[in-house]
Amino acid sequence: MTVPIQCRHDETFVLNLGPQHPATHGVLRVKLTMDGEYIVKAEPVLGYIHRMHEKMAEDGTFAQFMPNTARMDYLHALAYNQGYCMAVERAAGIEVPERAEYIRVITVELNRIISHILWWAAFLLDLGGFTPLLYAFDDREQVLDLLERVTGSRLTYCYFRFGGVYNDIDDEFITGTYAFIKRLRSRLPTFYHDLVTGNIILQKRLKGIGIITEEQARRYGCTGPVARGSGINYDVRKNEPYSIYPELDFDVPVYDECDSFARYMVRMDEIDQSLRIIEQSLDKLPDGPIRAKVPKILKPAAGDCYASVETARGNLGHRLVCTGLKNPYRLKLRSPTYCNLSCYGEVAEGMLLPDALAFMGSLDLVIPEIDR
Amino acid sequence: MSIIEETRAALLTLFPEQTKAEEEAEALAVQAAAQAEADAAAEPELVAESAPEEEIAEVAADEKAEDTTEKPKKKPVAKKKEKVEEPPREPGLLDTDHATRGTVIDVYCDASQVVEAAKIMDEAGFFLESVTAVDWLKEEKMEVVYDYNHFAIEQSRVVVRAFVSREEPAIDTVSGVFPSADWHERETWDFFGIDFKGHPNQIRILLPEDADFHPLLKDFSC
Repeated sequence: MTVPIQCRHDETFVLNLGPQHPATHGVLRVKLTMDGEYIVKAEPVLGYIHRMHEKMAEDGTFAQFMPNTARMDYLHALAYNQGYCMAVERAAGIEVPERAEYIRVITVELNRIISHILWWAAFLLDLGGFTPLLYAFDDREQVLDLLERVTGSRLTYCYFRFGGVYNDIDDEFITGTYAFIKRLRSRLPTFYHDLVTGNIILQKRLKGIGIITEEQARRYGCTGPVARGSGINYDVRKNEPYSIYPELDFDVPVYDECDSFARYMVRMDEIDQSLRIIEQSLDKLPDGPIRAKVPKILKPAAGDCYASVETARGNLGHRLVCTGLKNPYRLKLRSPTYCNLSCYGEVAEGMLLPDALAFMGSLDLVIPEIDR
Repeated sequence: MSIIEETRAALLTLFPEQTKAEEEAEALAVQAAAQAEADAAAEPELVAESAPEEEIAEVAADEKAEDTTEKPKKKPVAKKKEKVEEPPREPGLLDTDHATRGTVIDVYCDASQVVEAAKIMDEAGFFLESVTAVDWLKEEKMEVVYDYNHFAIEQSRVVVRAFVSREEPAIDTVSGVFPSADWHERETWDFFGIDFKGHPNQIRILLPEDADFHPLLKDFSC
């Protein structure tokens, strides 16, 4: 004789997701209160890889903080380089030569592409698809080789300097980049879209899951592909034009569905747009100096300023307070995923655990950037 | 009227005196344009505080003093201050240049007004970009800084700042208006020890939960 199992809905249990869990891609811990397979409350616990970069900035000179910038978002390190350089350049009133701006945009967009490609690979790994990872890493390797050529490193770049870049790009880099654009354009429709995007299992896992409404995105300060997947046409490159982006022709992909699949599509379309940006910048690449004449020790005038750039994950802001000394008085880093993740608790409520993991993957979290 | 102009007008209601002054200036402008110009010129003076060329030239001169880079940062603070002899800023609203400052409107209000300011920004459709603080050790006060931005328009950053005392830093929470402020304020409390009154969950966020220090205070050393 079998006794039917009694389901008691007034009884919940706490499930620790992380800090060591493959789906969190780092040391993020989420304290989940579960009612069976359903989430009653999700509470992200941060700080496992907190390094206090903001204090480190105050302790050194402006230039000494440069290598730190790449240690936060290691997947789109050049955007962090650029954001910090822009903040200091704004404070000190430094003009960047045109060629340097073009090189910055080319390398940042290459970096954005491989960031999206790696997200794509890791995201599918979360969902149980292993093969795409191998294709993605094959493509990523091409870019890493190109960037290594000019920057000298493969992941944690320290390539930009106040008023320019460290190294000029050469013909081999240019031909290599053209070849990569051609290669990725031929591979995107087949290896990426035919194999994965059209896959019915992927669509069933993502469509209608993890709805972040437009209003939620605004109240939580979501930016980047998360906001654009919620129908918000916001891209720092367009809204607060910087560098040479106003001269380039590119679109901002926006999807209105607000679900995980919309965010997926935004990133896939952004790869296309980044390829367009790189191609145009390479075509227009002017001659000239790659670095402005800048004193070795900067002492910007007292005052504060703000500079923000668009990273692969959203709006990265630097608030820089100077007192006329050779070190920043205060540097606030507004990291995009910190804000994007803050809506997790509200959105994940009532979700099935596997869906919550798919939703977390669609936010594109980079934990060292959240924890700083 | 653009969103920025509307927001400016709404924020100006926080400062009745400035509103009055601006209205008077406008009325005067109808009569005498020259008078109004002088009135407006008095304001942006505070913004144009950066004189980069001079500064760089000066720095270039003592480039040789590069070896002294490693000096602990605390000592030079006092030295520099005598150079910048600027009167402390009065509460009010400033129009700033986005190209040099990254913001279009700079609001300095009383600590009791930040929630009101947040409500104005919320109604205007802005989102909260970040909340942070600056520890002014020498002036014995702390500055709480709120950055707002808008999705729909170009170059729309509005900064709202307020000062609190350094002994007992406390300010009202804006997390009731913007839920994103929850984490930002927790972080600010974590780093500076500023008490956000009414915050629903003011616990450590990035530092360990048993930490008993606030590392971004200027007099903190480990």
